Amino acid sequence: MQKKMAYSFPDEVLEHVFSFIQSDKDRNAVSMVCKSWYEIERWCRRKIFIGNCYAVSPRIMIRRFPEIRSVELKGKPHFADFNLVPEGWGGYILPWIVEMAGAYPWLEEIRLKRMVVTDESLELIAKSFKNFKVLVLSFCEGFSTDGLAAIAASCKNLKELDLRESEVDDLSGHWLSHFPETYTSLVSLNISCLGSDEVSFSALERLVGRCPNLRTLQLNRAVPLDKIATILRRAPQLVEFGTGTYAAELRPDVFSNLAGAFSSCKELRSLSGFWDVVPAYLPAIYSVCSRISSLNLSYATIQSHDLIKLVCHCPSLQRLLVLDYIEDSGLEALASSCKDLQELRVFPSDPFGAEPNVSLTEQGLVAVSLGCPKLQSVLYFCHQMTNSALVNIAQNRPNLTRFRLCIIAPRKPDYVTLEPLDVGFGAIVQHCKDLRRLSLSGLLTDRVFEYIGTYAKKLEMLSVAFAGDSDLGLHHVLSGCESLRKLEIRDCSFGDKALLANAAKLETMRSLWMSSCSVSFGACKLLGQKMPRLNVEVIDERGPPDSRPESCPVEKLYIYRSVAGPRFDMPPFVWTMDDEDSALRLS
Amino acid sequence: ALTISQTPLLLRPFSLYFFTFISKHQTNSKTTKPKPRYTRLQKKIKERKAMGVGLKLGKGGGDVGGEKAKMGFEETELRLGLPGNIRAGEGEVARKRGFSETVDLKLNLSSKESSGVDPNEKEKNLLPCATDPAKPPAKAQVVGWPPVRSFRKNMFATQKSSSEESEKGGAGNAAFVKVSMDGAPYLRKVDLRMYKTYLELSDALAKMFSSFTIGNCGSQGVKDFMNESKLMDLLNGSDYVPTYEDKDGDWMLVGDVPWE
Repeated sequence: MQKKMAYSFPDEVLEHVFSFIQSDKDRNAVSMVCKSWYEIERWCRRKIFIGNCYAVSPRIMIRRFPEIRSVELKGKPHFADFNLVPEGWGGYILPWIVEMAGAYPWLEEIRLKRMVVTDESLELIAKSFKNFKVLVLSFCEGFSTDGLAAIAASCKNLKELDLRESEVDDLSGHWLSHFPETYTSLVSLNISCLGSDEVSFSALERLVGRCPNLRTLQLNRAVPLDKIATILRRAPQLVEFGTGTYAAELRPDVFSNLAGAFSSCKELRSLSGFWDVVPAYLPAIYSVCSRISSLNLSYATIQSHDLIKLVCHCPSLQRLLVLDYIEDSGLEALASSCKDLQELRVFPSDPFGAEPNVSLTEQGLVAVSLGCPKLQSVLYFCHQMTNSALVNIAQNRPNLTRFRLCIIAPRKPDYVTLEPLDVGFGAIVQHCKDLRRLSLSGLLTDRVFEYIGTYAKKLEMLSVAFAGDSDLGLHHVLSGCESLRKLEIRDCSFGDKALLANAAKLETMRSLWMSSCSVSFGACKLLGQKMPRLNVEVIDERGPPDSRPESCPVEKLYIYRSVAGPRFDMPPFVWTMDDEDSALRLS
Repeated sequence: ALTISQTPLLLRPFSLYFFTFISKHQTNSKTTKPKPRYTRLQKKIKERKAMGVGLKLGKGGGDVGGEKAKMGFEETELRLGLPGNIRAGEGEVARKRGFSETVDLKLNLSSKESSGVDPNEKEKNLLPCATDPAKPPAKAQVVGWPPVRSFRKNMFATQKSSSEESEKGGAGNAAFVKVSMDGAPYLRKVDLRMYKTYLELSDALAKMFSSFTIGNCGSQGVKDFMNESKLMDLLNGSDYVPTYEDKDGDWMLVGDVPWE
């Protein structure tokens, strides 16, 4: 115990001051000032974010932070979204819940992304945390409606249940009925990922009707259009609403009922859902469109002219998710109508078609970059691109912070000059000085990585596919990108040299993913030996890597820093490169 | 260095290859604990040998939501009468094993997947050369590309999907089926709606599982999948056949009924 200096504040005062510091980065900085601040801070930290569940163990977390109320964890690597991470890889939440059940009886919030959540875990949550309030499961899997029933039945103070994009096993539609009649505290419910029969509509109606604080409600596809009005009339205070299917036979009474219900929702700011849209029903939402700031039409397979009509009604739009049916013409309309637009995501309607099925080109994106001065975040799938378009975009929008471009055919060059797109992406990183996230595509040589290493000083996440010529490319990125935290690479000819030369860099990052590259097993072993604070995991479905020559490239490689040491829940196709001996650790 | 026996054993499954590769220099004391997985596979090989010539039928692809594969084949009455005890060794039900063995109709995967292959070269086999940018790419399905999440993959095909289950009822028109190959250490998910013919499906499966078939397909050439006698030739000569379990729980050979 350090002797208190005369001029230091009592702990309680410091604690009070720290309570105003919410951001993790600031909290971490505070804890490093001195030992006593470390101690005070750790006792009053209430919220923790763990970007890689294997970077730390539950015990370590609990030992340092005894009074946590809110936990956020991420599991699988991002490329798991695209089937690159085989099933059974890991990311299990149960061990965490088990430990937290004992250590954090007052835990209120659990937010998970890409983790495997079982019904057992959900039941344990329901049983262990008396004041449980928030459960967000993004891109998770492994549980069923039984687990949800347990949560509904036991969590009397639940405010938020958000299953965004998770995979849920359909067992029974009646889990919603497990919310007791006395339960009224629901604020946010997102069940849009649930399958056809998984929701009992009458239970939903009753639930909505008795929860006056409900602000977010996102229905699943099974909820028919003619039920929307019923729901909205019970919850006119909604701020975010996701429809179910938005298709039905056109009937004037249904339409006017729907339009009336929408118009009574004065607080509505965000709309989503819109599966199976019948365009004739879209005008029913026009009355709320002027206030709408977020619109997710990424399931709406409607044509450009209908999209244009809708978008032109939404001058306050800040966030738009849409299919490429919007076409260049729609994006031009967007650029003229929606001057507050900050985020645009254009998804492909036919990702595997050999030929483009819609007229969406680089021009659409250029138009938006020109017309929308606040545009910061872009995700754009298209079939063609030019360097000059990218240079234009970069010059128009130096305020871009996230730029993810996916040219659907791998290695496609500038379609006019047939050159690689190095210069175009180079312009992006050069002009957009605050760029934090970048995804590359098209034909790219080592040069683009030289640009990235030179200019992208704030870049935190980089996704690379089918690019580069040699290790020099990877070396540029690892040696130049000072803020890099996550790097994911697939199908590039990067090998051992750059990786080994920049081994120390890997400890400053959260993780590195490399699949279908040229990193040899020997290099992985070496890295595992030399860097004890890295977990070097080889994923190889051809069998044990040491059954092939050391020079043989591994299929997939996932490297992440960790204070918890190697994990022990690996499936048979994952091997950890141990730092002791040169032996493989078979799970 | 170990050599793999190249004798074309009948229905030689992946697992044999898997075993011959367990190297002798696993002498480290830390690794003496046998992996349960290998033990299971060993058992299966013995069972298979005992069955002699036989079509080892695995459980058909059940999809993620726990539903059985509903491919529209439920009404079929056509069945192959095959020798051997087809239910032996299927204790893996709990693991939801899918296809037991996959026919490589397309031949010549050997050159791609032998060890030491430059992954770029492997990759070139899948995609056309970048020097011909004007031509649209062949419809080769590279795993995970373009990077769209599963439920976005088939929005273009219009959604008369209300009658068919999709992987996530709340999204898209995918008809996902889990596919596993006997002995392969992991499952893959396949969206049946991405394919229009059996040949396309078999292409895709072959590519997905190509790392597990070791050069035994020889020079079979493309076989007529629907032709039963040729199919039997194929079964006798090649390694794997795709099967599925219909709603009655019967094992069916993929390809018996029209694709639709």
